[in-house]
Amino acid sequence: MNNVKKLTSKRLFLPIFCMLLVMMVNIIADIAAGNFAFSFFTISIRNGVLYGRLIDVLNRGSEVAILAIGMTLVVSASAGTDISVGSVMSLSAAFCCMLLAGYGVSSTSDLQVPLLVGVLAGILMGGVCGCFNGFLVAGLNVQPMVATLILYSAARAIGLLLCNNLIVYIRNESFQFFGGYCGFIPTPIVIAAVCVAVTAVLLRKTALGLYIQSVGINKKASRIAGLNSSKIIFLCYAVCGICAGIAGIVAASRISSADSNNIGMSYEMDAILAVALGGNSLGGGKFSLAGTIIGAYTIQAITTTLLAVGVSTAQAPVFKAVIVLIIVAIQAPPFKAFVKQRSVKRTLAKGGAAR
Amino acid sequence: MEKNVVLTMRGITMTFPGVKALDNVDFTLRKGEIHALMGENGAGKSTLIKCLTGINAFEAGEIHVDGISGAVVNHSTLDAQKKGISTVYQEVNLCPNLSVAENLFIGREPKTKLGTIDWKTMVKKSRKIMSDLDMNIDVTQNLEEYSLALQQMIAIARAVDMECKVLILDEPTSSLDDNEVEKLFGLMRRLKSQGVGIIFVTHFLEQVYAVCDRITVLRNGQLVGEYPIEELPRVKLVAAMMGKDFDDLAAIKSDETKDFTHADVMIEAKGLSHKGTIKPFDLTIHKGEVVGLTGLLGSGRSELARAIYGADKAQTGTLKVNGKEEKINAPIDAMNLGMGLLPDDRKAEGIIGDLSVRENIILALQAKRGIFKLLPMSKQIEIADKYIEILQIKTASRETLIKQLSGGNQQKVILARWLATDPDFLILDEPTRGIDVGTKTEIQKLVVQLAGEGKSLIFISSEIEEMLRTCSKMAVLRDGAKVGEITEDLTQENVMKAIAGGASK
Repeated sequence: MNNVKKLTSKRLFLPIFCMLLVMMVNIIADIAAGNFAFSFFTISIRNGVLYGRLIDVLNRGSEVAILAIGMTLVVSASAGTDISVGSVMSLSAAFCCMLLAGYGVSSTSDLQVPLLVGVLAGILMGGVCGCFNGFLVAGLNVQPMVATLILYSAARAIGLLLCNNLIVYIRNESFQFFGGYCGFIPTPIVIAAVCVAVTAVLLRKTALGLYIQSVGINKKASRIAGLNSSKIIFLCYAVCGICAGIAGIVAASRISSADSNNIGMSYEMDAILAVALGGNSLGGGKFSLAGTIIGAYTIQAITTTLLAVGVSTAQAPVFKAVIVLIIVAIQAPPFKAFVKQRSVKRTLAKGGAAR
Repeated sequence: MEKNVVLTMRGITMTFPGVKALDNVDFTLRKGEIHALMGENGAGKSTLIKCLTGINAFEAGEIHVDGISGAVVNHSTLDAQKKGISTVYQEVNLCPNLSVAENLFIGREPKTKLGTIDWKTMVKKSRKIMSDLDMNIDVTQNLEEYSLALQQMIAIARAVDMECKVLILDEPTSSLDDNEVEKLFGLMRRLKSQGVGIIFVTHFLEQVYAVCDRITVLRNGQLVGEYPIEELPRVKLVAAMMGKDFDDLAAIKSDETKDFTHADVMIEAKGLSHKGTIKPFDLTIHKGEVVGLTGLLGSGRSELARAIYGADKAQTGTLKVNGKEEKINAPIDAMNLGMGLLPDDRKAEGIIGDLSVRENIILALQAKRGIFKLLPMSKQIEIADKYIEILQIKTASRETLIKQLSGGNQQKVILARWLATDPDFLILDEPTRGIDVGTKTEIQKLVVQLAGEGKSLIFISSEIEEMLRTCSKMAVLRDGAKVGEITEDLTQENVMKAIAGGASK
């Protein structure tokens, strides 16, 4: 009993629990379908690249994982969410592709500017959007939801404008690299891993993590203790924007085009969900990057599982919604109080009150 | 029930976890009386009022209201309102974007036969209410069009129109200027003549004597006494609030009076001010000197310190630190000049609740070092352990969340946070509030010790003895301004006279 309690009180319990649950569903589904029970975990090499459902989850979940890194910081520092990341993704992709193809060109195989310039410009565009959000939230004290609503609705349209309302195709292998393969590993996995590693190192080797959490928990006290709360919140939004930029490039590279109507569509919700699934309070404060990453891949695992089980793409959101509902309910104070009350009653029944 | 009495509270007792907030408190309010409820912070004024209005549930005691047989127990403010008890708070609890008439009738709008709101009647009735109170304003205008004072009076008008017998005014004058206060008082006197019993909670002594008939004083959750205003002159009121009787004043004085006039000047403030909190003041603090700031709560003693530290950025004046003029825009600037501030509101401005004791201790030092120079974990642990040891912080481990510690230990952690930065000038704002006697003494000793090491300190406390023991100079504040300094004859009597100020006859 005590050990169970210890385990459940660990921060990462909920996210890992969710992840395991999804894997269990996979095993059961495979057994029911008469497949090999652990086919979810089987990784093979086909055509010289890694292949398997697990690889698919890691690959497809990359964008959300990258977005979720920035989202975690934003949520922690400002107790708000950045709902513009999906749109910013598409703007970054559009800007990058526009530079690579040249304005008004809808399809090209020759790059107009060096690949690196286009890609970095796309990421930078994300950073600029992040700074804009950061300025509104930290500088003007606008509510995060409202502040980011501006780019949520505008960024996608600006992207379309940059592309002259066209879907810009970049039929160039070097560009397709970011959504393709790096050796035998899918590149998005590598990019996501690098992003996570860089962030993790930053959090570990600098005081950034302490600052962000401190500001998120108690802005006033942090200020008295010498932190520049606004600057830190601004920084988080800027990082979140850069993450959106990177995710946008990956998404564009996958489909070799800047399809403003599809790239990053409702990804912001997945990113927020990843943060919540990771056991992080959306009320700000303490956060766990590991939890968020687990959360992000859990979401992808759910989607992949649903598709594998045979749920149609159209119905998948319903199941996702049910899962969100459960998680939100578990985190809700009345539920926690209920669980606590029950465990107290149980202790009392066992004679724990004699103490 | 006695004739003329509109409200009696008998033997009200209530405990918060660990503290007796109210201990057998009696309170009586008569018809047509303005009754001041006085006491220092934590005396139990607000708790008593919350018990009356149903926000807090009390454990023992009875409340009787005129015209209602049997004891009254309110479960919500709405409940209380129905029984004729209305409250108007410092912050106006109305809707600024609705019209005055709407605000007056919100929740009880006159209806037409069809069940829609009868605007005509509403406006007509509103005009009548306002003109009855001698306020001829356009009731169809939005509330936000009017000054804060008028808004407050509209809130009062609403309360009165709801047939209140007992009107509670909780710090209504805090955000009003003198003129507006006078208007408010006019309204209060008018209501008084109509037979309404008014409970007036304020920190401003002048106002008590300007408008009240009777004073009830609370201290540490206990009733000190109820006095007609004529029998309780200002100095005696201060004594009653602080728990000192003039007769048995034992002067506590540190053994030696040090002379700092020749010591190096650490802080020299000239004309510093922050609009709305502290009027321009001058203050000089020497190296190794402990300066006490004294005055009642809300007198501006915290605000003075905050203006020096940059917690509230000073808008006028100059500040010299170690003889050099400096500009402080934010606390970090002050910290880089060797300052530290232990704020009085520990929960709101001190602790970072969800962080560990270790993180809370190293926070200020880390902020000073900057984001890229993270203190190595071994160093963090060393610092945390050192101060847990020195200050005897009772915590399960250095990784325990600070919010799980008791108030006194939380305070020690915040103290450790500042000591870790090795400050030259430390501001301690109510460092001993709400903590046990043993810890209090330890903190006082620490203050004296720090001063002995050549550090300068500002010490703010509601307990005069504490300051007498530690301070070599006291600055006296009243109503948001520094009104004087006491360097000689630091005795309780002198200090209290200075605090009471003005007509200290």
